[in-house]
Amino acid sequence: MRGDLNTALNPIPLYKQGVEEEKSELARLSCFAGAMAVGDLIKTTLGPKGMDKILQCSMSGGPDAGKLLVTNDGATILSKIGIDNPVAKVLVDISKVQDDEVGDGTTSVVVLASELLRETENLLAQKIHPQTVIAGWRKATDEALRVLEGIAKNNSANPEQFRKDLMNIARTTLSSKILQGKKDYFAKLCVDAVLKLHGKTDLQGIQIIKRLGNNMSDSYLEEGFLLEKRIGINMPKRLENARILIANTPMDTDKVKVFGARLKKKKMKDKVNKILQHNCNVFINRQLIYDYPEQLFAEKGVMAIEHADFEGVERLAQVLGGDIVSTFDTPDKVRLGKCDLIEEIIIGEDKLIKFSGVSQGQACTIILRGATQQILDEAERSIHDALCVLSQTVREPRICYGGGAAEMMMATAVSQLAEKTPGKESVAIESFARALRQLPTIIADNAGYDSAELVANLRAAHTAGKSTYGLDMDKGVTADMVDLGIVESYHLKRQVVSSAAEAAEMVLRIDNIIRAPPRQRQRDMRNH
Amino acid sequence: MPSVGTLAFDEFGRPVLILRGQESKKRLFGIEAHKSHILAGKAVADTLKTSLGPRGMDKCMVSPDGDITITNDGATILSMMHVENEIGKLLVQLSKSQDDEIGDGTTGVVVLAGALLEQAEALLDKGIHPIRIADGYELAAKVALDHLDKIAESYPLDLKNLDPLVNTAMTTLGSKIINRCQRQMAEIAVNAIMNVVDMERRDVNFELIKVQGKVGGRLEDTMLVKGVVVDKTFAHPQMPKEVRNAKIAILTCPFEPPKPKTKHKLDITNVEDYKKLREYEKEKFTEMIKSIKDAGANLVICQWGFDDEANHLLLSQELPAVRWVGGPEIELIAIATGGRIVPRFQELTADKLGFAGHVYELDFGTTSEHMLCIEQCKKSNTCTIFVRGGNKMVVEEAKRALHDALCVVRNLVRDNRIVYGGGACEISCAIEVAKEANKIATIEQYAIRAFADALESVPLALAENSGYSPIKTVADVKSAQIAQNNPSLGIDCLNTGTNDMKSQLVIETLIGKRQQISLATQLVRMILKIDDIRLPGESEE
Repeated sequence: MRGDLNTALNPIPLYKQGVEEEKSELARLSCFAGAMAVGDLIKTTLGPKGMDKILQCSMSGGPDAGKLLVTNDGATILSKIGIDNPVAKVLVDISKVQDDEVGDGTTSVVVLASELLRETENLLAQKIHPQTVIAGWRKATDEALRVLEGIAKNNSANPEQFRKDLMNIARTTLSSKILQGKKDYFAKLCVDAVLKLHGKTDLQGIQIIKRLGNNMSDSYLEEGFLLEKRIGINMPKRLENARILIANTPMDTDKVKVFGARLKKKKMKDKVNKILQHNCNVFINRQLIYDYPEQLFAEKGVMAIEHADFEGVERLAQVLGGDIVSTFDTPDKVRLGKCDLIEEIIIGEDKLIKFSGVSQGQACTIILRGATQQILDEAERSIHDALCVLSQTVREPRICYGGGAAEMMMATAVSQLAEKTPGKESVAIESFARALRQLPTIIADNAGYDSAELVANLRAAHTAGKSTYGLDMDKGVTADMVDLGIVESYHLKRQVVSSAAEAAEMVLRIDNIIRAPPRQRQRDMRNH
Repeated sequence: MPSVGTLAFDEFGRPVLILRGQESKKRLFGIEAHKSHILAGKAVADTLKTSLGPRGMDKCMVSPDGDITITNDGATILSMMHVENEIGKLLVQLSKSQDDEIGDGTTGVVVLAGALLEQAEALLDKGIHPIRIADGYELAAKVALDHLDKIAESYPLDLKNLDPLVNTAMTTLGSKIINRCQRQMAEIAVNAIMNVVDMERRDVNFELIKVQGKVGGRLEDTMLVKGVVVDKTFAHPQMPKEVRNAKIAILTCPFEPPKPKTKHKLDITNVEDYKKLREYEKEKFTEMIKSIKDAGANLVICQWGFDDEANHLLLSQELPAVRWVGGPEIELIAIATGGRIVPRFQELTADKLGFAGHVYELDFGTTSEHMLCIEQCKKSNTCTIFVRGGNKMVVEEAKRALHDALCVVRNLVRDNRIVYGGGACEISCAIEVAKEANKIATIEQYAIRAFADALESVPLALAENSGYSPIKTVADVKSAQIAQNNPSLGIDCLNTGTNDMKSQLVIETLIGKRQQISLATQLVRMILKIDDIRLPGESEE
């Protein structure tokens, strides 16, 4: 039997060196461990009393070296922490997608997915096949989404009520963020900004300018438009009834090198004259304006603003209602932008150009003030979240109730389904309901209340048919969310449930992890 | 010492080196080589076994860069497994060729090959020569293939009633994560194929079907666009976002004023010359736009970019344009809209324009990302499957699964004979092969019997993955097949209460199954014929 011995003693290497393989139980263990670790990491930020995290970028290299970040936003936290566990990466990805798709609920989706997987650990210990669990989950997801759609309300027909809904949504979104102290103020600010977009979901029209100093409550929504640029020297600093030409054209020397500055000057002078034929008194260019043409403009008393970036130019065109022009031969065809007043204003230490009395107010600017850079950054993220949710709500105007009401509603319905379903799937369906119930539990835990008591009360209320009841985290009791005005977008909730279920299902189907060795990085010797 | 055989000795007893550097080379031969091959083959097959069937599990692959792929597709798993063993690599190739040829059944073929190798090991231990085993397998495979032809049923292929096709596509999708919306996905795949199918040649040009993914939304939001979706936007932000009855000029020439290139010699000696040059540039450019206008186009799609001035001129002439569209997409657009790709402005004429009824921008979620959707084309036989999903991995997996489903539907168009899945046809073949084995007088009969056992590995794995006691379940089905003489009985993976795959609508294509059996047999034959491996040793440096 020498042959057999030989084979036994010389194991045949199947994989390349460094490849790791984890099979069945071990693979599942590492899946669940990863998912739960991410879930536990992030769940303390959930809800109105959730806490923030400090993220410090690594000290070595990179433009962000040593930068500090204080945030409550799930997607931001997850995108900044380096993760090695493959399943954790799946969760990071769903939170990113949630951010791109809805803008908020990035924490909820990860927490729900990780709670689903936590429940599964018990189910697998009871020897229930993962595919059976998945089959149960699918039924549960369908039921939950059906119920959610049933309770979603659409108030878009009534503008006043709809505006109130939007205010409530903004307030709910902001209540877990740093802005909660001023949430009424900021909610109004966000709603005003979004309504200015007239149903468009493109948030590029809303510019957020951050300036250090003062107090957060000094932030405001500028009805007009602010441009973070300076007016050229020797030009009027204040102009009424402006006719603005927005351009994207080179105002520097030509690319072909030619002799003689005279020629260049001639060419430039031609161009400037052509521009002046448009009968404008303000000229804004995306590219640089060199000294010479600037001087020419100044002579004619035209205000010239150089180097407004792409976004700035596009926003300006939207706000002022003008065309973006690159050739100047047909002055009669070009629409000029108009505004009543252009002036230079000073915020903090910086000078900005303010356009007020604009004709088409499809864009606007939010000015944020705050004591530290971290506060400003976090405030910007919060405002961005709120704006995203609001703009999505304008498109899909259905709403449902927050504060755990929607989750508890779904959980109750799913539990009822579990009772009706025969077979092992019933256990899986029940576990789905438990995972849904975890969300209000975590919210209560984070606020320091007796979660077991509260959630049990809430459950009883829902079973008794009070389907709008949720948790009031200011008083620590269950209360009717209609009275408190805690409202969330239906689109957001639906996306949270379906995307978390999708991710959990995907993770549960894994029974084998094959890990390639990390690519060996060659040291870059070019700089040495 | 396995390497003794390569040494020879001269009359003084000194060793003569035959192979260069042989002491550092590894070598395996004889029965050990066979054993080691079989071991490696089995290991690969075992990894894949758990992915088989509707209750199969997925594998999670981490690439060297830390990217994650979660998949159920045999070919994808194997190609990302970083297998180093030579025999393992052969199996990877096997699954890849099944993927290239058929597109589905990539897991099954490896499992079957693994089982054949496993059976061969037992026969080797009995002392049967590998070549005899290989010959026996060959005979058995022939019997099995003949039997498959016999039990195959011709399937109605009717353009008006697509249900049968949808059912086949659903069988393929059954094992994937997207079986949540199995019916919808299957219908998408069938409609896509029906859109581009060439019934006369009975073939399908896959180039015309594009599968495009975009994270966000839900799997249920996946849709079939009868047209082209391009990941681009209109060049100028103020161009209209929607064009109806678009006449499209498809250009592959740069849309900018002719700039003097460095290689050209251009003497500018005085101001007048320079002025002339400028005038010329401008004139040229207006001419370009005029030529497009004259041809009657109201939408320009350009492979190259155009500069700011061109952009504005286009805008002021009310000519929406799209720039930087990639080569393959340009071709797709050209095919879809029936336009010709125009390489020079001079060649642009009205009959070279493409036509699309509706061109519009799609936007997504909160990011300012846009895609351009070209619909209602003149020749509407190009289509795009637009996949949505909650995360990147799901979208990728859905794309792979849809590719499989597309392949299966195409195969049905090519050859509309089918067999029943769920292990039914494997069991039926196994019975037939075992029956034949008794009629053979030589030792090959052992190999043939072993082949029959190996065929059962597929239903066994299916039953095991579904949580049944594998041997008992397969034995039940087998006896039922013989008793009822019904080749469509298989494993009831989803616990629906019936073993009849005909009523469960678990359908696979005949060519897919044939290919599985013949490819697996071929490969095993090849492996059995190897009796010596040499590996280059570690290099001295």
